[in-house]
Amino acid sequence: MLRFTSGVIAAVCAVFVATTASVAEPAIVYSVGGKFDGSFNESAFAGVKRFRDQGGAVREFELDRDSQSLQALRNFASRGASPVIAIGFNQANALGQVAPKFPETDFAIVDMVVDQPNVRSYVFKEQEGAYIGGLLAGMASKSGTIGFVGGMDIPIIHRFLCGYKQGAQAARADIRVLSNMTGDTPAAFADPVRGGELAIGQINQGADVIIQAAGGTGIGVLQAAADKGVLGMGTDSNQNGLHPGKVLTSIRKRVDNAVYDSLQAAKDGTFEPGIKVLGVADGGMDWVLDENNKDLITPEMKAAANAAVAAISDGSVKVHDVVTDGACPF
Amino acid sequence: MFEIVILTLDSTVRLSTPLLLACLAGLYSERSGVVDIGLEGKMLGAAFGAGAVAYLTGNAWIGLLAGMAVSIGLALIHGFASITNRGNQIVSGVAINFLAAGLTALLGQTWFRQGGRTPSLPEGGRFRDIILPYAEELRDVPVIGGIYSELLSGHNILVYAAFVAVPLTWWVLFRTRFGLRLRAVGENPAAVDTAGISVTWLRYRAVIACGALCGVAGAYLSIAQSSGFIKDMTAGKGFIALAALIFAKWKPANAMFACLLFGFLDAVAIRMQGQKIPGIGEIPVQFFQALPYILTVILLAGFIGKAIPPKAAGIPYLKERS
Repeated sequence: MLRFTSGVIAAVCAVFVATTASVAEPAIVYSVGGKFDGSFNESAFAGVKRFRDQGGAVREFELDRDSQSLQALRNFASRGASPVIAIGFNQANALGQVAPKFPETDFAIVDMVVDQPNVRSYVFKEQEGAYIGGLLAGMASKSGTIGFVGGMDIPIIHRFLCGYKQGAQAARADIRVLSNMTGDTPAAFADPVRGGELAIGQINQGADVIIQAAGGTGIGVLQAAADKGVLGMGTDSNQNGLHPGKVLTSIRKRVDNAVYDSLQAAKDGTFEPGIKVLGVADGGMDWVLDENNKDLITPEMKAAANAAVAAISDGSVKVHDVVTDGACPF
Repeated sequence: MFEIVILTLDSTVRLSTPLLLACLAGLYSERSGVVDIGLEGKMLGAAFGAGAVAYLTGNAWIGLLAGMAVSIGLALIHGFASITNRGNQIVSGVAINFLAAGLTALLGQTWFRQGGRTPSLPEGGRFRDIILPYAEELRDVPVIGGIYSELLSGHNILVYAAFVAVPLTWWVLFRTRFGLRLRAVGENPAAVDTAGISVTWLRYRAVIACGALCGVAGAYLSIAQSSGFIKDMTAGKGFIALAALIFAKWKPANAMFACLLFGFLDAVAIRMQGQKIPGIGEIPVQFFQALPYILTVILLAGFIGKAIPPKAAGIPYLKERS
């Protein structure tokens, strides 16, 4: 039976390889959560969609768990796909192993730096987007207290928190920022019940605007905020539509731009390896104003946010980065 | 200060409810001699069933029934493996946990295409908070107002159901014929069998009761406390409930206090995070997260005495044939 099964598998693989060996179209490997996660991966998928709408073809793979990453990347590379785009910091290790074995293939990774001659790494200045979020939260708050619910207790989330605090203080100096991390395992990104409870705790302490930087946990944060009649704030994708009129804005991370950018560059033959750092200046981070939150954003808030974007872009406002600049001073 | 205490206790009640329901579920099963470490999986399956059906029908009650049905289905699988086929109950329980974790994510992704989530529930698809009569009027009365309006009022119906289930479980187990037999079958199934009562049928009824309560616990997570199912949303609550069950020495009232204690620790952990305590400084949040487990060990080792499980727990019953 075992021999029969492995024979069948081998045959299927052979057929599969034979039919796909000549493909040279680009490929993308989404992180755990899948391309419809309403957040990070979906943003990457938006980039793929934009590329497809212009006639491009992209192969896709959705990771079920981190350990599949190595195999997925290697499969795409060995079938001649180029560039192969890895989404998420958790794929960095796998890409670091695969990239040297396929020196002719172009690779890209989002949210992490992989130092190889054929890899383009995209990283985002989350703190700059968070600054805008903090600024708007500080202006929208009537109580003078705002909240932050983070996911897993990792530097990237602290970077976001610090930017948020800095922005809030820029809006009003006496602002009080309550902050909670959900946990210290990856499960902290998928615990909406605890997220909601943390948000309710902050609301009871007076917070009237709460930002989530917690992936799936954040769904619970936004829900609790909407239930209790205070404002939530989304991240990564546009989450304004989750609770129209109850989400102040969403701080977007333009993974879609990074993905589209590398697909288009490869198509034009201008793909270059190296590190790309995206912030508000180049549209890598932005905030969303649409029909769901247009009544929440006053003209003054809009002006202040746009002024902050301009100030960060030209360098007159420097947002603290806890990863490179040390502990958060706010 | 008083307000902080009330708000923490309020949070305790919300956080204890799923633990309490799951703990009582485990109580029925283990009292009948079927060890159940599949509480987590059953809760997760129920949370998914409830979330999916409540989204599709827009009716929280139908969602609750669906959640219970899923959970009872999983409980029957456990029963079939461990009662009818006399398999290892631990292995079967672990299998249920894996099955639920995998299936909910897979089905959720296939049906709703949102990364294993169910979409946000429509109005009416959730159990909303119930404001008890006169809660608003009494809010400003000192002490009583805080206790009545904040602590007792403003929970959803499943919270009240969970706390009503405690005396009910006590009554069923210790004041009815069914309860007597259920306890007997967990201690000495041979004696029950000799008296002409079916061990198999009794144990099946126990796991069905377990499934039903786990179903309510799961539904509470997805359609009462939050709005929709999210992958792995039980986050280990089934295992905490199991610890609470041991802690409570398999008694309903103790179970309630154990779950309230664990809920309280969780609530305190949320409040204390990042706060400085005079004289001590900031306490790492990991300390509070580990506390339920540490407390179980310490209290079991020294304070509450030996927790003796039902004698026949974990042992499949094999009728001797001549």
